[in-house]
Amino acid sequence: MRKMMIGVSAVLVLAGCASVSESGEDFAKSTLALLQLDFKSKGPATLERIVQRDNAQALCSAANLPSSAQAAEIEASQLAQVKYPQDKSWLGDWKKGEAIAQNGRGMQSSDVAGSSNGGNCYACHQISKAEISFGNIGPSLYQYGKLRGYGEDLQRYTWAKIYNAQAYRACSVMPRFGHNGVLNEAQIKDLLALLLDPASPVNQ
Amino acid sequence: MRFANYLLLCSFSFSSLALHAQTTQDEIAKYRQQLADGNPAELWEMRGEELWKKPAGPNKQSLLQCDLGKGAGVVKGAYAELPRYFADVGKVMDVEQRLRHCRMSIQGLSLEQANKQPFGAAGKPSDIEAIVAYITSQSRGMKIAVSTQHPQEQRAYKIGEQLFHYRGGSHDFSCASCHSQDGQRIRLQDLPNLLQSKGAQAAYSTWPAYRVSQGEVRTMQHRITDCYRQQRFPVPDYASDSITALTMFLAKNANDAVYNAPNIKR
Repeated sequence: MRKMMIGVSAVLVLAGCASVSESGEDFAKSTLALLQLDFKSKGPATLERIVQRDNAQALCSAANLPSSAQAAEIEASQLAQVKYPQDKSWLGDWKKGEAIAQNGRGMQSSDVAGSSNGGNCYACHQISKAEISFGNIGPSLYQYGKLRGYGEDLQRYTWAKIYNAQAYRACSVMPRFGHNGVLNEAQIKDLLALLLDPASPVNQ
Repeated sequence: MRFANYLLLCSFSFSSLALHAQTTQDEIAKYRQQLADGNPAELWEMRGEELWKKPAGPNKQSLLQCDLGKGAGVVKGAYAELPRYFADVGKVMDVEQRLRHCRMSIQGLSLEQANKQPFGAAGKPSDIEAIVAYITSQSRGMKIAVSTQHPQEQRAYKIGEQLFHYRGGSHDFSCASCHSQDGQRIRLQDLPNLLQSKGAQAAYSTWPAYRVSQGEVRTMQHRITDCYRQQRFPVPDYASDSITALTMFLAKNANDAVYNAPNIKR
């Protein structure tokens, strides 16, 4: 608890220092006040989720990336919060995984709260060869398992990467799908199958 | 004939994904060029001009005396300098906040009336989108010249910059997540790098735009509001100071671009 408090105050100090004007105005503080005034919760997109932030969000909101010490702190704290599957089975159904990777809905103000969310993986990654409409913000995942092997170490790493991308790279632009409750355990297993089942089209 | 078929097959097997993406981009560019001949946005501009000049509201006044920053009644070139500080209200306003101010102060509309239907939908056209199409059309061909000289303008820019980088929500997204690198795409959609003048200029100077996929003229206000939806943020109030601050940041980054809107987009 004490450690967390220190972490939070460090965030405030850093955010404050970086954005105080000559007139003494703290722009980070003013921005937060403006968001609270102007933005209204709708469906699953709530005001609470943008004003109550952890250090991974707050420290990654500056024009410059945090220091390497802060980055290491973010990665360690995020990795420590990863929840691995209880039953130690990693792979679900790659067909369901493909559907999750295609689906861009979920958690928007226009979506129904509590509905099933997509992962929208193709927005940023190449995955299967058949889908040619893919983005390039993330690396290509085509032949993900075929190129890296299918061992348990890679399964465990891939799980954690999808669950919480910042466990391995502070300020990664990839959403923390498990950590933030966007995808559930069964869905992450299906995505693992898409990437790591030798029978998945990704590995052909 | 057989030879030709063989060639065709050959070229298909050689085509890589990158080539495919490039061809798609070329085709989209060609499509846009074809669309630009006879942009339906002209209909919005014409309707907006009529609304601007027609007496309306409880006061039965037109908007001809509205001061968009270059003096009462001057529309020409006004948008190229917005957002700006307005001494009469003591704050920075973007085009839509200023239009709302005029409709309330000159025409006598209530806040609720002046905020009504900011974005058109099927069977429910928006007067605001039409008037903004008219105002912006009167800056076409002019250079974007937004000032941050006034301390309040500088403040709006700084807060806009904070908003641009502000990460939050279920997906940890900020504007910067998608718009701070060159050459990035979501699926096949190119994303402008809004931190560089080249990217900011290309994007900012082409809104509002007639959206072929929506059959409506969409404003910068709409673009930013819909970005926030996709960013998994809650809904920003229409014509709020947050939108104005972010618009200030984008507009300033786009300075010196030749303004070319209402445009036409996918």
